[in-house]
Amino acid sequence: MASPERISIQGGRLIDPAHGIDRATDLHLAAGRVLAIGTAPADFQPERVIDARERIVCPGFIDLSARLREPGLEQKATIESETRAAAASGITTLCCPPDTCPVIDTPAVAQLIQQTAQRHGFARVIPAGAMTQGLEGQQITEMAALQLAGCRVLSQADQPIRNALVQRRAMEYAATFGLTLFLRPQDPDLSRGGCAHEGRVSTRLGLPGIPEAAETVAIARDLALAGQTGARVHFRGLSTARAIAILLAARRRGVSASADVSMHQLFLTEDDLDGFDANCHLIPPPRTRTDRDALRQALAAGELAAVCSDHQPHDADAKLLPFPETAPGLSGLETLLPLALRLVRAGVMDLSSILARLTTGPAGILGCDLGHLAPGAPADVCIFDPTAAWIPTPETIRSHGQNSPFLGTEMLGRVDRTLLAGRVVFERNGADSSGPPNSPPPAPRTG
Amino acid sequence: MRSPHPQLDQDGNLKHLLTIDGLNRELLSEILDRADGFMSIARQAVKKVPLCRGKVIANLFFETSTRTRTTFELAAKRLSADVLNLNISTSATAKGETLLDTLRNLEAMQVDMFVVRHASSGAAHFIAAHVAPHVSVINAGDGRHSHPTQALLDLFTIRRHKADFKRLRVAIVGDILHSRVARSQILALRTLGVAEVRVIGPGTLIPACAEEALGVRVSHDINEGLRGVDVIIMLRLQRERMTSALLPSEHEYFHLYGLTEERLAIADPHAIVMHPGPINRGVEIDSQVADGRHSVILEQVTNGIAVRMAVMSMCISTQNLALQAGAYPEGESHG
Repeated sequence: MASPERISIQGGRLIDPAHGIDRATDLHLAAGRVLAIGTAPADFQPERVIDARERIVCPGFIDLSARLREPGLEQKATIESETRAAAASGITTLCCPPDTCPVIDTPAVAQLIQQTAQRHGFARVIPAGAMTQGLEGQQITEMAALQLAGCRVLSQADQPIRNALVQRRAMEYAATFGLTLFLRPQDPDLSRGGCAHEGRVSTRLGLPGIPEAAETVAIARDLALAGQTGARVHFRGLSTARAIAILLAARRRGVSASADVSMHQLFLTEDDLDGFDANCHLIPPPRTRTDRDALRQALAAGELAAVCSDHQPHDADAKLLPFPETAPGLSGLETLLPLALRLVRAGVMDLSSILARLTTGPAGILGCDLGHLAPGAPADVCIFDPTAAWIPTPETIRSHGQNSPFLGTEMLGRVDRTLLAGRVVFERNGADSSGPPNSPPPAPRTG
Repeated sequence: MRSPHPQLDQDGNLKHLLTIDGLNRELLSEILDRADGFMSIARQAVKKVPLCRGKVIANLFFETSTRTRTTFELAAKRLSADVLNLNISTSATAKGETLLDTLRNLEAMQVDMFVVRHASSGAAHFIAAHVAPHVSVINAGDGRHSHPTQALLDLFTIRRHKADFKRLRVAIVGDILHSRVARSQILALRTLGVAEVRVIGPGTLIPACAEEALGVRVSHDINEGLRGVDVIIMLRLQRERMTSALLPSEHEYFHLYGLTEERLAIADPHAIVMHPGPINRGVEIDSQVADGRHSVILEQVTNGIAVRMAVMSMCISTQNLALQAGAYPEGESHG
């Protein structure tokens, strides 16, 4: 790999939520790290100057849940295809759930994924190890070995442990090593066979429902066990207002637990299932408007510390079936930023706050020194045009997964360049990269 | 995004029949009026009209059925169509062929209409979205979602006994949760503007938000729910409901919700009793009631043929209009 360049990113609006920075200023990178913000050291000679006027410059995004489908499900996507799509979406770090084939329940699989990702070099990939062997919910995995192999977190993907005793043991054992557990709260019995929020729309369409209680029962159980065991738990993809209330009540009692929401959950509701659009077959299902609004509020308030893509690319055939038989999940990497900006335009939260949920929030949950642009930090940078209009289509989507309910709807906001450890890993065609190194400094802009 | 009226052509003619949802009162009345016209054919020496002559209609049943498939077959034959019966649960998909491949193969045999029954809600919509533009799809039951021809034949039967829909009170009793028949009936009855639809059953068999979602009144007490109703529709209770913690026993179910002579007396004295069949005597309905003078259950079966003829002939005539207008040039058969 070529040694990282010395780069100056000039004239952009720099937003670094971790340090409360939001102003027009320059960013200087050297040796894969942030060198300085504002004025560069006198002897700094950039090999490359990136003109970021009318662009926003921020830390690369950290996505807590993105399926890459490799190993084993390469007909859907590969590590190369999806990390390339992540780079085009401004995502520099992503965590992939363990439901590959084979499951990430041995160090070998975890290492294979990381090595493949490193070979392609588009994004940092953190594999989530399985909590139980084969995700079967019976025998716990060699968690210490998985941790050594790079699994910062463990999870059951979308296959929660049914047996509360096994769940307790998994938490206790994980706590021994300070491992964080990513839990998707969904009671397997209450949700069995369901494919829609149990409510008005599922009743009208005759779709088997997943009740709100499938989530509240599960989060209540797991919070009780977390309190008992002292395990560090993070709830992935909350979908109901009541689950948030239960989480906040437990926090007030001193249980430490974080939570996130999937980006699409802040936009889609049960009504989007009308017409049986298989791209709206999601688990957890899009719920009521009340739930969606509560999730938005909790994200704005920071009660939910992160928002993720919950990217689940599928081959076309997986969605070419009657609705209940289709594979759940949507392709979410490339709509992550534009939907985040849509929240800003809708007045849900300001730009710096939503960028915090995409950077510092998830970095804190993963416990890694990423997601900020202090001097010395890894130079993972996203440069985007917040007003560029584009339409996701099979031609514009880079992910192998074309399964998005947002296909064909106009998006505002598009990534121009993504830098990973100081290397440009994505550059949009036509993005102006030829600013002369000694061009006069751009006029100051107000934030 | 899908068209708001996936079953109608641009002029509002019936192209597919997938659900009652989205069909207005005029169109429902037109179907029923046309069915009226077909009733006399059964009494003719030659029980046939040539409205679908030269058309191929495929009965595509992914779920077993006797009554519905047979009446669709008879209806198609009385319209002079060529009929293919495919029982897919025992053929292609068992060999691993996908639903779309099955459809493509049948389309290659120049099928003009698919009559589809499938265990998944939304299957008919899916098929209609993927067939060639000149092919019509009629939903003969998809999962828990919809069974529009059953609802239409029920409306047709009610109309022959009850003059004024606006004053009708209708009770639907039993397993509303799993019933595509009930969902379609409720939509159809409300479209025709009946005074009230009540659904009666235990909490485990009433779907979430039923009152808001379906526009019905929910009652858990059959003695209260049947008071003064003009039409009683009993739903079939599947045996497997006893093994999935939905009901404790057939005995308790019949005790609480079975239709008996005594309960029938709570309804209007001229009430009619309906059932989409097949009936479970002694589970949801007493034999005396099923065979009694209020029962129109067998009439429903007869009427089903005329109603299905009406729907099929309307879809075929929409196709013919498009063909005459040159809507499907050679080589553009797939959308």
